[in-house]
Amino acid sequence: MKHLPVAGKAITLLLTAVLLVACGTTQEEKDAAAAAAAAAAAAQAAQEAQESAAAANAIATVDQARLEEAAAALGNVFYFEYDSTNLTPEALAALDAHIAALQTSTEEVRLQGHTDERGTREYNLALGERRAISVRDYMVANGIESFRIETISYGEESPVAYGSGDGNWAQNRRVVLE
Amino acid sequence: MKVLPSVLLSVVLAMVASIAQAQLTIEISQGMDNPTAIAIAPFAWQGNGAPPEDVAAVVDSDLARSGQFVPIARTDMLSRPTAQADVFYRDWRAIEAEYLLIGRVSKANNELRIEYDLFDVLRQTIVDSGAETGPASTARMMSHRVADAVYEKLTGVPGAFATRLLYISVTRVPGGKDYSRLTMSDSDGANPVVLLETSEPLLGPTWSPDAKSIAYVSFETGRPAIYRQELSTGRREQLTNFKGLNSAPAWSPDGKTMAMVLSKDGSPDIYLMDLATKQLKRITRHYAIDTEPTWMPDGNSLLFTSDRGGRPQIYRYDLRNGSTERLTFEGTYNARARVAQDGRNVVMVHQQDGRFHIALLDLVTNRTHVLTTTQLDESPSIAPNGSMVLYATKAGDRGILAGVSVDGGVKFRLPAREGDVREPAWSPYLSR
Repeated sequence: MKHLPVAGKAITLLLTAVLLVACGTTQEEKDAAAAAAAAAAAAQAAQEAQESAAAANAIATVDQARLEEAAAALGNVFYFEYDSTNLTPEALAALDAHIAALQTSTEEVRLQGHTDERGTREYNLALGERRAISVRDYMVANGIESFRIETISYGEESPVAYGSGDGNWAQNRRVVLE
Repeated sequence: MKVLPSVLLSVVLAMVASIAQAQLTIEISQGMDNPTAIAIAPFAWQGNGAPPEDVAAVVDSDLARSGQFVPIARTDMLSRPTAQADVFYRDWRAIEAEYLLIGRVSKANNELRIEYDLFDVLRQTIVDSGAETGPASTARMMSHRVADAVYEKLTGVPGAFATRLLYISVTRVPGGKDYSRLTMSDSDGANPVVLLETSEPLLGPTWSPDAKSIAYVSFETGRPAIYRQELSTGRREQLTNFKGLNSAPAWSPDGKTMAMVLSKDGSPDIYLMDLATKQLKRITRHYAIDTEPTWMPDGNSLLFTSDRGGRPQIYRYDLRNGSTERLTFEGTYNARARVAQDGRNVVMVHQQDGRFHIALLDLVTNRTHVLTTTQLDESPSIAPNGSMVLYATKAGDRGILAGVSVDGGVKFRLPAREGDVREPAWSPYLSR
């Protein structure tokens, strides 16, 4: 009952009004007392409305945090097959969680497209962009406004795993959501 | 352009700090079957103090790198003439030299003069004499010019030793951000100068046809943008800053237009920018990837890579009538073409048995010849005389530069002492 002090103040005001009436005061004074009482009641109503909205917000914040946690648990890196821009089932699951979190927020995101080292650098820049766009298109198709999504391709220029071989290459073919 | 002052500062610092460590060294891995034996006697020095450059040693390593010559070791020489009167042919016949180069270096005020004489040992006759003059600070470039003259006299093809390279090197910072450098060096990797250093990716360095300016793609603002930079002043200009890709700049042969790749209108397409007005003209309109434009020497058409047929292949766009034709049909991956000045030889990245090699496409016979046996080869760049191709490859986990002659007969590597080296760009001939 955090709002007790406010309610207490309103009761005091009402008591004052009653006392004023009881003392047989003038009509003018009675009117003033009634106005004060009405004002007090209005103030209380506004206060209560505010408090209930805050409570609703608190519930929404808890929900948003839960959604963001769920998305974070699935990771913000989506991996691709060689020379492919198709989203894998794992990528889709993670992406769906991010979309759920973004649908109830106004946050903006940046999608970084990357490739492995095979093939030419310029072609890979284009391929990295295609991957980022394939993620963006899926997000837009699922209700995220396109203006909230920026795409950028690093091609093969920004590997997470150095060196050659399937293991390293698989880690580098990715889109990172930030 | 807020970053300009700090970039310039780091450029200056980098030039002071990194000259030694960025140096490339040359290892010749395969020469021609019957290279010409040439003896290059140490040049006489007529000046005070130490000579600014061992001219004979520079000429020696240039000719050796071509694979077409095998220079004779100084320790095997029976005499070391520096003037025509001191040449005894029997001394050179005895060590099986086919040709002999001698010379003299003098210095007056700050001007250096290199004189040389070239002899045919078997015919016992002088075949060429010449001189190079210039500031003492350019002694090494003057030595490369002597090598160019000797190479042209003996092969009939102009030499391309007195040229420069651009390349990108990346130094890994464990647990931190890698940093990238754009370096310019002599054609043999000597005299490296760092032109730009950033912690964001750099790629696509390329030369203006007069070799006085360069262009490249830098991510230094957090997004890719194409920059043009004047070499003599360091003055930089950001040419593009569009949403999406801004990449693969390529100067037209007349220097007035820059071909580039932009994806601002949806998918990557080739555009031409008029460098005077900055007006853009869209050349390709396709939902596929169109990238890696390069000009034919006559400036009438462009080659580019497109996967419009499903896999990346080389296409030619004719600027006169707007027609497009596919040029490559051998193999599932042909990309990033560069054309020799003869307009006939095209070098490109070619995939064979899952490996990426450098291949030569002959536009007259339409035959493709694989030139390299290394793997993950990319970024071929052809010498202005059309004789050699520099490219990037891998040695272990590191990126290195390597070279191969257009006939595949000569191979060499230019490993760096540290970092990954990539994207060599061979300069046009330098004006004097």
